[in-house]
Amino acid sequence: MEGSIFQYDFIIKGLLGAIFASITAGLAGTYIVSRRMVFLSGGITHASFGGIGIGYFAGFNPVVGAAVFGILSALGVEYLSVRQKIREDSAIGILWAFGMAVGIIFIYLTPGYSPNLMSYLFGSILTVTNADIIALGIMSVVLIIYFSAFYRTILYISFDESFARTYSPYVNIFKYVTTALVALTIVLNIRMAGIVLVLSLLTIPPNIAMIFTKVYSRIIVWSVISGFIGTAAGYAISFFAGIPTGATIIFTLVILWVIVKGIYVLVKTIKK
Amino acid sequence: MANLLEIQSLSAAYDSNIVLRDINFRVNENDFIGVIGPNGGGKTTLLKVILGLIKPFKGSISFNNEFISANTIGYLPQISTGDINYPVTVTDVVLSGMMIKKKIISRMSSTDKKQAREVIGELGLTGLEKSPLNELSGGQLQRVFLGRAIIGDPKLLLLDEPGNFVDSTFENDFYEKLKELNGRMAILMVSHDIGIISSHVKSYACVNRSLHYHPSSEITNEQLLAYGCPIQLITHGDVPHTVLKQHNHS
Repeated sequence: MEGSIFQYDFIIKGLLGAIFASITAGLAGTYIVSRRMVFLSGGITHASFGGIGIGYFAGFNPVVGAAVFGILSALGVEYLSVRQKIREDSAIGILWAFGMAVGIIFIYLTPGYSPNLMSYLFGSILTVTNADIIALGIMSVVLIIYFSAFYRTILYISFDESFARTYSPYVNIFKYVTTALVALTIVLNIRMAGIVLVLSLLTIPPNIAMIFTKVYSRIIVWSVISGFIGTAAGYAISFFAGIPTGATIIFTLVILWVIVKGIYVLVKTIKK
Repeated sequence: MANLLEIQSLSAAYDSNIVLRDINFRVNENDFIGVIGPNGGGKTTLLKVILGLIKPFKGSISFNNEFISANTIGYLPQISTGDINYPVTVTDVVLSGMMIKKKIISRMSSTDKKQAREVIGELGLTGLEKSPLNELSGGQLQRVFLGRAIIGDPKLLLLDEPGNFVDSTFENDFYEKLKELNGRMAILMVSHDIGIISSHVKSYACVNRSLHYHPSSEITNEQLLAYGCPIQLITHGDVPHTVLKQHNHS
């Protein structure tokens, strides 16, 4: 009896996790992929590991530490790119390694063994708490409201920023807010897919969608759908096969990308 | 005729490099001003100062707020800064020109979309409404960006070297279109090609760090030289030719 309640809870958690992860990653992912910010997002992801290490060391929730590190590094890089006084890719590369270094130093300094370290690096649904799911749920609602309210504003700023500056004094504010939301999305999804793999959760679904549509709003919708298929299937497979969740999700998403691409090429060849 | 904007003893610089020095300039309703001058003379900078993209370090620019502000000007940049591989359609880009009226909250109404269809039709782009930008030719792309500049019906339209991309089949239509637009908006057109613009503009501004305004559409070599405006003159005839500066053989 106890076993089935545990299983039920596990399935609900996994299902909700898959829904919220695909909504948040689909919205934020479409933004970063079309704005070519994938490398920046990788930097944010790895920089946030510094916050996880400090969280462990100081004894507060590592996700909070990661969120602070992630958002600050995201805003820092956006600020530097607005000022255009520094090579952006170099700054990201430095930030990337620095965050990892800080994280490892502080985890090393923390007395005792850190059992959850692997789950932060590679993701594990077993360590996902109810609070994590609720946070992802709130994030989904925030992103849906934000992107629906400012859809065209966001679209036009990221398509042609310097033109947007001719009609709007708010370009920088929108860039900062959207980037901060992307950083938060990444950090909240770290529990699902892990630091090493979370970026693919954001980048693979939009790339699946862009195989067959070039319309921004449709890319978002299809990213969420393909993200959900990949996450839910990956989650189920990892559960039955007893293999790591994050890795299985990413593996499933890549297989999905290959299948969709294959079908698209096939259909195109037949039509010719 | 109402005054739209007035620039008074304005100087602007990139970093420490002074590009515009002590210029005075005004634009009135229904003006059609050709902005000419050498490369690097400050033509584009002048447009960017008007748009508020570059802040002058000296002097002032004031708008007649009854008609315009720095954020309600139509603008066709010289080189498009948009990423043409970005997932936007022709209609999306044209519609983005409506933002000069909408600022932040930007749901496009069906009236907006109808207007976008009209502009797309007027610019000879019908059939391409849903195309992504990377499937268009250079000339089509330029017309999309022109559509973006005019759809919001601005009181002032700034065009930076529009001739660069306009393909020959559309050239006449393009200048006819500008003439028609000039009925409801002032136009400031940057061009190094005097031959092309002389038959369309009403007056000239020669920009070479300083600015000289010439209130007539007829302009002669002597006047240009007197203004210290070393431009390259391109004329059009049955046989394509370039006129070289006269020189003495000794």
